[in-house]
Amino acid sequence: MSYIIGRLFQAILSILGISTIVFFILQLSGDPVLLMVPQNASAEAIELMRHQLGLDRPVFVQYLDFMKNLLLFDLGQSFVQNQPVIDILIQRLPHTLKLAAAALFLAIIVGIPIGMLTAYYRGKWVEKLLMPIILVGQSSPAFWTGILLIMFVSVKLRLLPSSGSEGLQSLILPAITLASLTIATFARMTRSSIIDHLDQEYVKTGKSKGASSFRLLSRHIFRNASIPIITMIGLETANLLGGAVITETIFAWPGLGQLTIQAIDARDFPLVQGIVLFGSAAYIFINLLTDLVYAWVDPRVKLGKDVAS
Amino acid sequence: MTIEVNPTENQASSTVIPNISKVKMRKARWFKLLPFIVILVLFVIIALFPGLFTNQDPNLTNLTNRLQPPGYEADGVKHWLGTDSLGRDVWSRLVHGARISLYVAVSAVLLSGIMGGLLGVAAGYFGGGIGSFIMRLADIVLSIPFFLLAVLTVAVLGPNLTNLIIVLSMTRWPLYARVAYGNTLGTVNKDFVQAAIALGAKSTRIIKRHIIPEVIPSLIIIATLEVGLMIINEAALSFIGLGIQPPNPSWGSMLTEGQKFITNGWWLATFPGIFIFLIVLSVNMLGDYVRDVLDPKN
Repeated sequence: MSYIIGRLFQAILSILGISTIVFFILQLSGDPVLLMVPQNASAEAIELMRHQLGLDRPVFVQYLDFMKNLLLFDLGQSFVQNQPVIDILIQRLPHTLKLAAAALFLAIIVGIPIGMLTAYYRGKWVEKLLMPIILVGQSSPAFWTGILLIMFVSVKLRLLPSSGSEGLQSLILPAITLASLTIATFARMTRSSIIDHLDQEYVKTGKSKGASSFRLLSRHIFRNASIPIITMIGLETANLLGGAVITETIFAWPGLGQLTIQAIDARDFPLVQGIVLFGSAAYIFINLLTDLVYAWVDPRVKLGKDVAS
Repeated sequence: MTIEVNPTENQASSTVIPNISKVKMRKARWFKLLPFIVILVLFVIIALFPGLFTNQDPNLTNLTNRLQPPGYEADGVKHWLGTDSLGRDVWSRLVHGARISLYVAVSAVLLSGIMGGLLGVAAGYFGGGIGSFIMRLADIVLSIPFFLLAVLTVAVLGPNLTNLIIVLSMTRWPLYARVAYGNTLGTVNKDFVQAAIALGAKSTRIIKRHIIPEVIPSLIIIATLEVGLMIINEAALSFIGLGIQPPNPSWGSMLTEGQKFITNGWWLATFPGIFIFLIVLSVNMLGDYVRDVLDPKN
């Protein structure tokens, strides 16, 4: 129990810390009023607006105000779209969730089997065939994979659309692009986790009793090796939610990632701030959840101390 | 000791005989690494001496020669990899882009490594309030999705080379800090350090002479693996317009342009992509190797 409370406390501390960092980074951006008023505005008009927005108060007071609003889930108003930031985020979120879910699904059904096979058939042709896939996936940045897919699948073969968010067809290419790195990560982690278990006594016992390779892998080894894999899936889910900026930009996918770039181009700082806070909170929440699941699956975690290494 | 072995023969024997000697294993891997080392050395030479590989100005525009395919020749100048939408030579832009890519990646890794390493050692050695403050800060920075933090900071500070390097290092130092912290805690309690303290050595001397040498190998392992990531991140930030600003050549911004002309200029996106892929692959392979050699756990 104390582990869970400690972990919760740490998550709350992280969110407060991030809010503080984000607030002060935005303070560096200069005077937002100058961006909002027309170019020929008089000095009095600028002063009035600054006063109306409360920007003439001391930074510390503004900071407390900002933190108070956060507690009420008030992320402020978008400069450009004249809507509460939180509403804009909620409109875009379903698209990002859909893309992340599709990529995660792909990564699990492709990455984990590749990891299992390359571990089990170490040194055989299966490994030699599959290892390059891991290496290529690991070294291909999303912007490159995405452009290649558009080049071959959309432009050359004309099989799938290169942009948009209509139906399942337009989901396929972005999902593959977003998943490519995650597939490699899953495969690597599964592989090393399974290799750790291959030499253990229970595997030898199973083998000597005549269990088939498939049964050994799926029933015995994978169950024991799955704990680090669960952690990894959690971590990667958090990454997929926050890391879709590039993929969404390439495929014009109307999620939070594309919104980030649009907000930056328009210098709409409240919106940028909202996205970063939202993304970070989601990231921290999923990590927290993973740690709790982890502690529940493996009771040893609760007893061990959190060692930095 | 030198053992002359045919690499393919060695590879085969390593699968048949499980207890092959460590020396042979290393040698076999070293041979496999050779192509990647060659790529990296070439990359470094290209980045340091771009003039050896091209004599054309990467920013020279020529609108009459725009979007010409690879091998195009005009006015006695051969454009091996074609020209872009402003008629600039793609090969010379790639060559000059290598310098920026290497410069950003190496500076960011060095800066984050030194900063994170020193903060981690300080946190581990002095402990107490300062120590836990540093480590909590590291936890917080690590829990912000890295790319969002970088995007936010560059957007606010304005995109230029220096800001890019600062942002990339600010987001990655906690990685080094954690490892340095763990190693320092492990080293401080060892007998030789305790003996030095008992003999009255100053803290600065103990840190310099005893702790830092123990910490550095693990930091080098992370640093080699981070170089590839930094190259990708620089390209990614430039790709979305927050990195190197035009007209200066960067592989990331060349890819952005390539995407615009994907139907009528395949070479624009293809070549920068291949460059990034090859470099990152080589750095990753070398990083894995360095980790396996230096890390006793593997």
